[in-house]
Amino acid sequence: MNKSPLLQRAGTQKLIASVLSIVIGLFFGSILVLIVGLATSDIGAKGAWDGIRLIFIGLFSKSRDASGNLVFGMNTTNVGNMLFRATPLIMTGLSVAISQKTGLFNIGAPGQYLMGTMATLMIALSIPSTSVPPFLIWILAFLGGCIAGALWGAIPGMLKAFLNINEVIACIMTNWIAANLVTWLFDIASFSTIKGSFYCQTKWKIADGTFKNLIENTKSGYVYKTTWNNVATPKLGLDKVFPGSQVNAGILIAILIAIVVFIIINKTTFGFQLKACGSNRHAARYAGIKDRANIIYSMAIAGALAAAGAALYYLSGNTEFNWHTDQTLPAIGFNGIPVALLAVNNPVGVIFSGTFMAMLNIIGTQLTKFTAYNEYITDVIIAAIVYLSAFSLVIRSLISGRKKKVAVVNDANAEKNPVTPTEAKTEKGGAQA
Amino acid sequence: MTFLVQQTLLFAIPLMIVALAGVFSERSGIINLALEGIMIMGAFVGVLSVRLLQSVPAFQEAARQLAEFNAGNIESSSAWLTLQGMEVLCMLIAAAAGAIFSLLLSYASINLKADQTIGGTALNLLAPAISLFLIRIIVNQNTMGMEGGAGGASWFLIRKTFFGYDSNADLGFLGSTFLDKTYLATYLTIIVFVLMSIFLYKTRFGLRLRSCGENPQAAASLGINVFKMRYAGVTISGALAGMGGFVYALTTQGCTTNGDVAGFGFLALAVMIFGNWKPLNIALGALLFGLFKCIAASYSTLDINGDGRFFLSEIGVSSYIYRLLPYVITLIVLALTSKSSRAPKAEGIPYDKGMR
Repeated sequence: MNKSPLLQRAGTQKLIASVLSIVIGLFFGSILVLIVGLATSDIGAKGAWDGIRLIFIGLFSKSRDASGNLVFGMNTTNVGNMLFRATPLIMTGLSVAISQKTGLFNIGAPGQYLMGTMATLMIALSIPSTSVPPFLIWILAFLGGCIAGALWGAIPGMLKAFLNINEVIACIMTNWIAANLVTWLFDIASFSTIKGSFYCQTKWKIADGTFKNLIENTKSGYVYKTTWNNVATPKLGLDKVFPGSQVNAGILIAILIAIVVFIIINKTTFGFQLKACGSNRHAARYAGIKDRANIIYSMAIAGALAAAGAALYYLSGNTEFNWHTDQTLPAIGFNGIPVALLAVNNPVGVIFSGTFMAMLNIIGTQLTKFTAYNEYITDVIIAAIVYLSAFSLVIRSLISGRKKKVAVVNDANAEKNPVTPTEAKTEKGGAQA
Repeated sequence: MTFLVQQTLLFAIPLMIVALAGVFSERSGIINLALEGIMIMGAFVGVLSVRLLQSVPAFQEAARQLAEFNAGNIESSSAWLTLQGMEVLCMLIAAAAGAIFSLLLSYASINLKADQTIGGTALNLLAPAISLFLIRIIVNQNTMGMEGGAGGASWFLIRKTFFGYDSNADLGFLGSTFLDKTYLATYLTIIVFVLMSIFLYKTRFGLRLRSCGENPQAAASLGINVFKMRYAGVTISGALAGMGGFVYALTTQGCTTNGDVAGFGFLALAVMIFGNWKPLNIALGALLFGLFKCIAASYSTLDINGDGRFFLSEIGVSSYIYRLLPYVITLIVLALTSKSSRAPKAEGIPYDKGMR
């Protein structure tokens, strides 16, 4: 396949399809902004033009000048924050991608993310940093989060493997169970008699030893930041490169994990077995691969990856967690789906698509800051992109034009279908005759 | 007890109709994961139409008369009937919005044969995004209610005084539960549920629809247009879910919307599976899950037998347990019935003429 012209290669077509989805998504958002702008008297054409410009190059917007025009230029705060927010997105994207490789749709990333958040925060805040070195607490909290996520992800995996229950349904159920479980457990840890499980002698002594942030009591329902226990991801000088932003070494860890996942998927026997189960579970079993075990492994790894995203996000030390999650699931978990779809489940591609999604996030805050629009327009764009990637196969066939049938069949063949092109054709022809 | 039954109904009825919406789609062969999104869309458009219709002079006059009547200034008034008509109108608008929104899913999954799960997920992402985007533009905050701070209750709630009873009259258990302080939407939804269930099981169209979810190739060989049937299934599903979304927003949220239905669409999916894709079981499942929701929402002040003690709050089980129980039960039911699950056989598989 590598000898074929550039435009006909599967990889190129996937890339073009993704870029096309992005462009169409951005234009869709722009049109919405334009319509709303023209229909609303206090926004008008100028406001709409500002909105559209921000959608495309909002990352480099800086401020408004004295005459009210937008000023664009290098904005290190934005870029740094983009990298910071990309960290959990890359991880949840990897989570969805690796399960897709095994033919499973991991819509359970939000639940796994929440379980990871809970385990990480509880560990990071419970071990006193006076007697245990902070970096050790960091590692324990990170691993604890991963294990919690892996166990949570394994539940739908086991249901799928042993009882053949649709993993999408099981994942949705476990999501909402996790959402309530996390709130409940934090409630117990905050209000019941289990006290003294969490304390920190370095900065302050709290009255009843709970996770609930009582120091900054202007907000309610928030857990302490991990920095209260001196636990935080090192910055490694990234804060010097991007002054004024929240960026830390978490992004480097996420990239490293993405590369490791890439190697596991593409260069190891284990990865091959996972993919084989995804292509055809029964054929894989016939070939001596333990399909059930592989399905569970895949979901457990997916859970661990989503949870690792949560750990990296909350161990940064400058993020707060509101534990009343019983009504809404974390968007970062769901946004792993578009990240993986845009990257066509390629772990290295996830790094870029995750960063892109984080950029959209930043653009959203810029829109809220500088215009009468709000950040939800970027969610509309994301949704449009997901919708488009649902039929990326069609887009890909449009790109390759007249040779589309062969290309698509080849492509599907390489990915999923064990049916050879000729077979597929005769089958179609037979039905028409 | 009256309170318990009323509250359970408020939660159970939207669940019931949205679960039936799921049945229509899945029985035609399309997995409708977008129930949550369609509900959000229905809730948004429904509340928005209430807001817009509020400025119509006839309705304003009716609301003014109703307020006078409730205050006891006028003897009798039929103004409430006008407002009930407005409520029905808004339900229809919400249903239309849901049906139109669901076309996105039908187009992707029927015409383009795209992955139905991803298509549904896209709709679930799109609905809250669009409604929140517009809500923020319209009211500059995240929750949109009725104009001028009016609540749904003051416009649409049915009271016993409407039927000539004195405000102190005792109607007994049945009257006070099912007549006083109820919403017409609740009963209309039950009627729609019954009619649509009969439609699905006792008509030729319903039989054809169900056949497309079991074996579309066989259905096609008998001259049934599978594409049209699936479009019909998803569109009916969208209309029911959109209506359910508005009913949810009206009866449980006081006619407000915030781009969120708190996982009700997914809970309805659970009810549908729990009910094994059959209307009667779904109705029972919805009542059970509605009871859980009701307990979770108000367990600390729930006085079941009227002895002045809050039994459930004395047990000390957290409300979150009641909230997560429906999902756990669904998983257990799925696990127990996995061998004999009656899910439509062809659901999730794009229809391909050549396949058999």
